[in-house]
Amino acid sequence: MQHGKYRFIVGFLALPLGLYALFVVWPFIQSIYYSFTDWTGLSPEFKMVGLDNYRRMLDDPIFWKSLQHSLIFALVLPVVTISLALFFSFMINVGGRKRRGGPVVTGVRGSSFYKIVYFFPQVLSIAIVALLFAFAYNPDSGAINSILRGIGLGSVQPLWLGDPSLALWAVMAVLVWSTVGFFVVLFSAGMASIPADLYEAALLDGAGRASTFFRITLPLLWDTVQSGWVYMGILALGAESFAVVQIMTTGPGGPDYSTTVMVLYVYQKAFRDGQAAYATTIGVALLVVTLAFAALVMRLGRRERLEY
Amino acid sequence: MGSTSAENSNNGSAGVGRRDLIKRSAALGLISVPTMSFLSACASSGGDDSGDKAKAGKKTAKNPLGVNDTAQMEFVLFDGGFGKEYAEDAVKIYETNFPKAKVKFSATQKIQSTLQPRFNQGTPPDLIDNSGAEQMDMGVLVGKSQLADLTPLLDAPSYDDPNKKVRDTLRPGIVEMGQFDGDPVWIMYYAYTVYGVWYSQKALDSLDEQYPETWDQMLAVCEKAKKKGMAGWTYAGKYPYYLPFSLYPMIGKVGGVEVLDAIDNLEPNAWKNPAVKACFDAYYELYKKGYVLKGTPGLDHIQSQTAWAQGKALFIPNGSWVENESANVIPKDFDLAVSAPTGIDSSDKMPFGTIWASGGEPFIVPAKAKNTAGGMEQLRIMLSEASSKNFTSKVKSLTAYNGGTDGITLTPGLKSGVAALEKAGDNVVNPRLQDWYVQLQKEQIGVAGLGEMMAGRLTPAEAIKKIQGYADAAAKDSSIKHYKHQ
Repeated sequence: MQHGKYRFIVGFLALPLGLYALFVVWPFIQSIYYSFTDWTGLSPEFKMVGLDNYRRMLDDPIFWKSLQHSLIFALVLPVVTISLALFFSFMINVGGRKRRGGPVVTGVRGSSFYKIVYFFPQVLSIAIVALLFAFAYNPDSGAINSILRGIGLGSVQPLWLGDPSLALWAVMAVLVWSTVGFFVVLFSAGMASIPADLYEAALLDGAGRASTFFRITLPLLWDTVQSGWVYMGILALGAESFAVVQIMTTGPGGPDYSTTVMVLYVYQKAFRDGQAAYATTIGVALLVVTLAFAALVMRLGRRERLEY
Repeated sequence: MGSTSAENSNNGSAGVGRRDLIKRSAALGLISVPTMSFLSACASSGGDDSGDKAKAGKKTAKNPLGVNDTAQMEFVLFDGGFGKEYAEDAVKIYETNFPKAKVKFSATQKIQSTLQPRFNQGTPPDLIDNSGAEQMDMGVLVGKSQLADLTPLLDAPSYDDPNKKVRDTLRPGIVEMGQFDGDPVWIMYYAYTVYGVWYSQKALDSLDEQYPETWDQMLAVCEKAKKKGMAGWTYAGKYPYYLPFSLYPMIGKVGGVEVLDAIDNLEPNAWKNPAVKACFDAYYELYKKGYVLKGTPGLDHIQSQTAWAQGKALFIPNGSWVENESANVIPKDFDLAVSAPTGIDSSDKMPFGTIWASGGEPFIVPAKAKNTAGGMEQLRIMLSEASSKNFTSKVKSLTAYNGGTDGITLTPGLKSGVAALEKAGDNVVNPRLQDWYVQLQKEQIGVAGLGEMMAGRLTPAEAIKKIQGYADAAAKDSSIKHYKHQ
């Protein structure tokens, strides 16, 4: 059986790996190359400048600020989103009380309705979500401040996106709102594959909701949670955070640099300031941060896989 | 149940595990990546200086630029607030004048994504309206010698009068704006924008007030408005770099043009000039006394213009595009008007009426274009009186052509803009920060400085200190090109 195995497998892998190399690995190498040049992005001429861009980046206070915000995104967003999603999907799938004649393990009443409701934001493009919330955050006539006025809190009228101490959190809340549904569905699928007899045994032993969750659901769902964690972190470092910051915030990136993130800074340097080489340098830094994040999560989350 | 499967456990004898195979194939893929010399030929694969430029045609009275009458001319327009009809009309004239030439006209909002690769390949079109959100950085284009000098166009006889050069038919400041350092003129701004304080004459009449000329009067008008439940001011809080549209000419009026020039030249302590402080204090007072519409720092330009058009605020700093941009929310009887900014008092260096007006819609002819003469000829046609009138009547904006408003009905805002320009006479200032140092102007002076001050989070003194710091940093930054007023 060994004979010809290599050829067989390589035959299948060549095409996808070739595409991957051309469209993923190749651009990576190119941008690393450009980060050592002074390319403007607006003319074909450039020369090598060695480590100048990197030196400049280390001295750039806006870079450090954007790095700090990106790290906050990468740490806070997954924690909040995944905790919420775990809670919701547990309540939808497992958390219900036993009803007469029904199955032993079941979700709360109306759980199938909630499932659809949670997934709904996922249907909207992130650009539309960001625009909707930009209107909602309008301090003059937006939905949030209008509701506050409506319930008699007319004196509490925050500027939301106009306030440096609130803006970053306001932006993050939008990302949580728009992504939590996806993870609810993902975790629900994972929980559906956990055998019911495990829960039954736990119930017979007198386990409550909390201990069922922490001792049965979470350990058996760990793989899914871990990949969800990486996925959410990359999303928070990358395209999604760019879209919301670019569309919603003052400036964008403000007020007073309070919401600028690395992807936004890459974009501004490349396409506003005509400094494509410096932008790729920041892009390389972003690559390092993203890889470090993924490696960290993988290492911290390594556990023995349970099979059931 | 619950058995564990350790990684890489039992496949030692079974040849290659899945994981190993993937690792090896990935390594193979990496090795097969070609060498660095191939690398440099990628996104910036440069064509050599094109040897296939169109041959020059014969210079005649009708064809002063010597356009080759059979060469193709390609024109890419920014399809924005002004639409594309005015350019299509001008292209028709070109086609009539050069019936054998083929004109390739296209209009797009994506200037940068469409044209950046073509600059990188060395095959740009012959005429570009480099405008909009995807504008390519002019400083970089000039710095990298990508643009053609438009001096031949400016020195050519104008389309309407062979005895008058094109240069002499333009509004004040247009030629200077196209220069970066030295004599060459790289950009031809086609539209002409009036910046200032925009308001509803009807609302002002209802308060029984005139437009205030001194700051004390301004505060009095705002107080009166406040009593009627109307805020004095609003502005694009999320884009506070709209504030300079009235603040910079005010600084010029109070302290003289030299103050603005020093600021543009990034001179040390330029912002520490007493005139700057006086004007910052004046604006800060609007915030302190509660004359700024509540929630303004969280509004974007459209939201603030809408609140203003609804009569929630009296004044807004803006440019003449506001009439078109907010046309659907400005009531019919609004009686839109613009005024030069209010000064401090009678001791100001320049008279009331000093206004900021400058070119918009920057047209460029790339140096590596095949038919540069054709691109310039197309501009010469657009700068004729007929084309200019066509533009003004179609899109409610003035052009760089000085005049061209006789015999057409002007909208209220446009009429008031023309009147403001007449009142200003030679007292037209033209601060350049927004085209020379975009980052400094927008996110540093605008968002981090003025925006914070008008939201009450910085005092004028703190704002000036912060802005001076940014300006000093920009002056020292070797990665940006620096410019000086001539």
